[in-house]
Order: sequence, then C-alpha cells, then structure tokens
Amino acid sequence: MIEWKRFNCSSMINTADIPVVQLDDLRDDITNKVRLEDKRVLAFFGVKRDEETILYIILGDDTISRLFIASAIFTKDTTSYRSFTPEVPSLHLFEREFYEETGILPTGHPWLKPVRYGKNHKARTGEIEDYPFYSMDGEEIHEVAVGPVHAGVIEPGHFRFMCHGENVYHLEIQLGYQHRGIEKILIDKTNSASGKNIFFPQIAEKISGDSAVAHASVYAGLMEILTGTIIPQKAMVIRTICLELERAAVHIGDLSAIFNDVGFLMGSSTFAALRTVIINTTLLICGSRYGMGLIRAGGVNFDINHELAAKILSNVNYVQNRIEKLIPLTMLDQPSVLTRLEGTGTIDSHTARLIGMVGPAARASGVPIDIRTDYPSGMYRQYPARKVVLEKGDVFSRSYIRYIEMMHSFNYVKEQLGIIPGLQGARASSEIINRFPTDALSLSMTEGWRGEIIHIAITDKNGKLIRYKIKDPSFNNWSGLALAVRNNGVSDFPLCNKSFNLSYCGHDL
Amino acid sequence: MLNLIRTRIIQGRQYISDIRKAEVKSPFRGYPFIKNNCSGCGQCVEACPSGAMKISPAAIDLGKCTFCGECERRCPDNGIEFSVLHKLSADSRDKLKITKDFEFHEFQDKAIISTKEIKRLFGRSLKLRSVSAGGCNGCEMELNACSNVNFDMGRFGIEIVASPKHADGIIITGPITENMAKALYDSYLCTTPDRILILMGSCAISGGIFDGGPELNRDFLKKFKPDLYIPGCPVHPLTFINGVIDFLGRK
Repeated sequence: MIEWKRFNCSSMINTADIPVVQLDDLRDDITNKVRLEDKRVLAFFGVKRDEETILYIILGDDTISRLFIASAIFTKDTTSYRSFTPEVPSLHLFEREFYEETGILPTGHPWLKPVRYGKNHKARTGEIEDYPFYSMDGEEIHEVAVGPVHAGVIEPGHFRFMCHGENVYHLEIQLGYQHRGIEKILIDKTNSASGKNIFFPQIAEKISGDSAVAHASVYAGLMEILTGTIIPQKAMVIRTICLELERAAVHIGDLSAIFNDVGFLMGSSTFAALRTVIINTTLLICGSRYGMGLIRAGGVNFDINHELAAKILSNVNYVQNRIEKLIPLTMLDQPSVLTRLEGTGTIDSHTARLIGMVGPAARASGVPIDIRTDYPSGMYRQYPARKVVLEKGDVFSRSYIRYIEMMHSFNYVKEQLGIIPGLQGARASSEIINRFPTDALSLSMTEGWRGEIIHIAITDKNGKLIRYKIKDPSFNNWSGLALAVRNNGVSDFPLCNKSFNLSYCGHDL
Repeated sequence: MLNLIRTRIIQGRQYISDIRKAEVKSPFRGYPFIKNNCSGCGQCVEACPSGAMKISPAAIDLGKCTFCGECERRCPDNGIEFSVLHKLSADSRDKLKITKDFEFHEFQDKAIISTKEIKRLFGRSLKLRSVSAGGCNGCEMELNACSNVNFDMGRFGIEIVASPKHADGIIITGPITENMAKALYDSYLCTTPDRILILMGSCAISGGIFDGGPELNRDFLKKFKPDLYIPGCPVHPLTFINGVIDFLGRK
C-alpha cells in the first residue's frame, strides 16, 4: 500500500506534497485500485525536470468525487521499466505516449506502437508511412486500407481492416497525422505573456474545434485556479449555456450523419437543418457558430441580455419541439433504420471499463461516468445535470443516448436562462493577471459532449509553466471504436465510426 | 410512408434563397475596419494569438487573423472594429492585409479578379476535394455545412467529391502538419492537371495560431501557388461559397 495525495478537482497542490514512490509498489497498488476499488486512471504522463523524468499518475474515484496523485522518479540513466499495461489495460495508450515523449521503454508492453510521430519526441519510431500494422494470414483473408485522406470532409487518420470476406476480424487505427504540438504552443505563448493580463483560450479552442467551448472553459478554469480567481456567476452561467448548446448541436449533427450513413436522407437533412438553428444561436451569443472567442480567462467576452435570452429560449424551444416530433417519425418508426443500428458495433460494459472508455460512448455501454455529476463544478454543483446510462452498447444505444442527452441539455439551457434575470448587473468577467504560483500542479476538467476533458498544468520554481497536459476523451475512446467493429461487416464501419465521432486532432494534439 | 410525408411537411423549406445577398447576424466578426486613430500603444499586438496585428500604422492581416476580437476589445482608441461583412476571400496573399486606407467596397472590387479561362473551365461545374492537414475540425465542419440543406452549395455546381482523382482542385484546411505533408502532396498531384488550389481558414493560409509551430511543414506552399484564399477561423459557409462563386466569375 502506498500513500496517495488526495485532492479535489479544480484545486491546486504543491508538487513537493506529491508522494514519490517505488515503481513496483505503484504498479501493484494501481492494479489493486483499478481492479477492486473501482478507481479509474485519469492521467499518466511524464515531466522532464533537470536530468530526471518524473512520472505523474492521477486516479479518480467517481463515487466520492476525489482525485489521487502519486509520482515516480526516473533518473537520467533509466532507460526502461516494467510495463503496467498487462495488469491495467486502460493504460496502454498512456504508456505508449509516455514512451514516445520521454524515451523510457515500458518493457513487456503488448502493443508498443507509435502514437504521434512527433518530430521532437524522444522516441521517434520510424516514419509515419511505415507503421507496423498487425497482419493476418490465411485463405480469403484480405486487408482494406482507408485514409489518411477520407471520402468525407473529415480529419486525417488511417484505418486498416483485416477481413475475412465481409467480416472484420480486426481494425487497426493509425493516428498522428494531425500532430501540431499544441501543448508546447500553449506553454510557450502563455509563458511569453507572463505578468500581463493576457491568456490564450483561442489556442485551447483549436485543440478540437467541435469542442471549442469545452476545451476553452477547461483552459480558462485551469488559469483561474492557478491565479486564485473566482469568476462571476453570470460568466459561469453563460459558459454552461454554451457548453450545453455545443453538446446538443453535435448530438443532433451526429444523428444526422448516422442517418446519412444508413442511407436515410430524409432523416439526415431534417436533423442537419435543426443543428444549424442551434449553432446559429451560439453565433448570436458570441459571433461564432462554434463558440470561438466566447471564453476568456476570468469570465466570458459576451453578455446575455433579456432580449438575447428570449431569442435563445425561443430557438431552443423550436428545436426541442421538432426533435420530439421527429425522433419517433424518423428513427423509432423506421424498421429499415432500426435494423442497421440495433446490435451493430457492440461494446459490453466489461470491455468499456477495461479499456477505460469515457463519455456518452461509455454510458451507452452501461459505465456510469459523467464529470458533470461525478465531479461537479461551476453551475453543475448548484443545478445538477442528469446522468443518462444505457446498457446495450450498440450503435443504437450510442445514438439513442444522444437524443436523451440533447433533450436534457435543452432543459438545462432553459433552466440556466431562467436564472439570468436574477443576476442583473453582474459582470461577465473579472481581470486576471498571468502570474502563477511556484511548483504548483493543478487540474481542471469538464464533460464535453464527447466525454471527459482534462487539462493539467505544472509550474516550476519560477512560476513558469513547464508542462501543460491535455487529455481529450478521444484518447480513451479510439480503442473502443477499434473493438466495436470486430465481427461486423465492413459496411457497418461508417455507422460505428459516426456513433463514436472521435476527434483526430484531440488525440494527436 | 405516411410518417415520411409528415417528416417532409415538418421540414418545409430550409434553404437560403439568395446566397449572394444573405447576411450574417451580429455579433459575427467579419471584415475589420481600421480607423484613423491608432496611438501605437501596442496592446493589440501583444494580445493577438496569431500575430495578425501591426501598429504605426495599424494593419491587420486577414490571413493570420483568428477573428477572436481581442484587439477590438483591448484597443483604448477604438481603432479597430469588426463588421458583419462576411465576403473576405481574395486571390492573393497581399490583398488580405488590411490597412486604414481601405474601404470594404475597395477591398471587394479588387479582392478577386476572375479570369475568362477559369470561368470557361469551371464556371458551371467545379468538383473539389478537401484535404485536412492539421485542421481542428472547425473548417471541416463548416465545409460540410456548405453542402447541407441550408447553404446547398450544390445548386451552383460546386461539389466536394470523395476522391482527389475526381477533383478539379484541392481545398486545404489546417496548418499543414509534418505528418500530413506527403499525403497532401500526393492528393494534390492526383487531381486534374488544370487544378486549382484553395486555402481555407487562417491555419491553411498562414499557419494561424500554429505559425512557426514545431510540428508543421509548409513546404508544399513554396512549391505550389494557391489560387484562392478564404479567411476565417473557422470560415463561415457564406464566406466560402461566395468566395468560390466570385472566383468562378459568376454573378
């Protein structure tokens, strides 16, 4: 047993208070905690300090809303350690990332393949064209290669299907094409503005453009924790409204895309038109259909007055009414749609938990995790969000959960709009200065539409950022998609893919 | 069947009838006006995440701008003001640099000079392929929106096709990452020899907020000259469609 440092989400701790433990003890303890006590790994990353590399591991206990952190030190001569993945499979990608960034080899890792092919990474394992794909042999076995440039207008990534006839035995997903080095850019820009009232939520918005509000609010939240700022309640309300509108808009858009992929164009076009209404509502608030430019460290850039609140309310009501009418007509009453969705791409709850899935995809498989209710912060503390959990884990569940969640989001937006008049005259932003405490570690997270978004910042002895770690939910869920496709037809892949709708750049950073 | 007819009735008419005259509502940030009262304090330059601002004399580079509006909020002299005017495309990089002497109609008159050759070749039908090379999915989603029931770009004969081999040109979104550099090159050379090249969004035009980033490789643009620059972050569908229509020389 080791002593973990216990802390809350949205709080700051001194790096000196983080226990340093032996790696073997850490492995045993994590294995026990993940297997027996229902704790989850939230973060696992390395930080280079002087000659040493420090490994930080953060676990979360969803039932008591607490985080646990411990660290281990690798001296400069250490070149390898025994991998955690055989015991804790959900760490597989975290360990691959750690290896790539630090060059310290996890021996015994069963699937040690390149993650991002970063130019500046310590372990650059070959060229992106020569990815070591898993391959199968046998009569009538063939491979289908897709990407990096896809038929649709989407981001780049390569999919390699190992098929037996039409049946997919295995799908391997190769990412890294989108790697932009955004963590480093955030650190450099934020440090360069030190001492001024300047921050860069604009960069956080581009971690994944479809989750701009979520990523920017987590970045701003982290800067606020580090500077000890409490933002006005009105700012919190406006951020929450836009976050829920973002969730609803993407969920509607994904239903549209799923209908498109089963060849039901009427459903596709009706939902696409409703999504337009929601994102245009976000434009009325902040001037961008995706909420870009809304959030600043210390609050928001745009206020919502009575007139605007009434307009948002009427748009939300309009869309909500239509969806209530349309879902039975298009989805639930069309046998040809249902047969394609039901029983396709199933992930059972044991697998989802084992590989550490998060977000609506995990909830559709019966894993009840939702940051809004498990680690509530901001408005979610006073006005609890509703957690939706389904059991089957197939494409239908992942689609149907979108419908239920968007309905809850609409109701939540309406509730939040209701409290705005009571906040009359409140400022929407407070001034904060880019000056951080020394040797601090802090963590901020929220539930984006895709799942939990976690940002972690660590400062050095001069109060400069030395590490900014971003974990997008896609990082957890890509392996879920790979497993969902197994034993399905190749033609069901687009459906499985859209029901997850994962971010390439959120993974590649 | 009856339910489908019901759905069709609920759907009604969704398309924007006149794309050329359609306006975007406030507080959308489009064409920026620079007024004649820059005191040269430099606050906008410091706060700009992508280095789009210059002072004394004040100038803004639409090819770098992320349209976050931070310069407008910070300027103590109210020297810069974003308008809702959304037709921002231009056919050369230099035309995107806006100074105080510029009026919008001047910008618009000069921004895109369409050639007879382009009109003859592509005026009635233009098939494009999108290559995302580090794009955050913002421009990609907006490009998809261009083809949806509301904007319906297909009515002008402009379409996004599934393969570069079927395309007359390439649309690049994103700052062009090292890892996508080769795939972009290959896709581009797959298109027809009379290919056109469109850069969509600040990232593609200049690198945007990723400019000078450690993982980019923008050598592609040293080899090939873009035909159309469409600024925005992300690009609004109306900006994109109108930019392409102007480029094709259509009314």
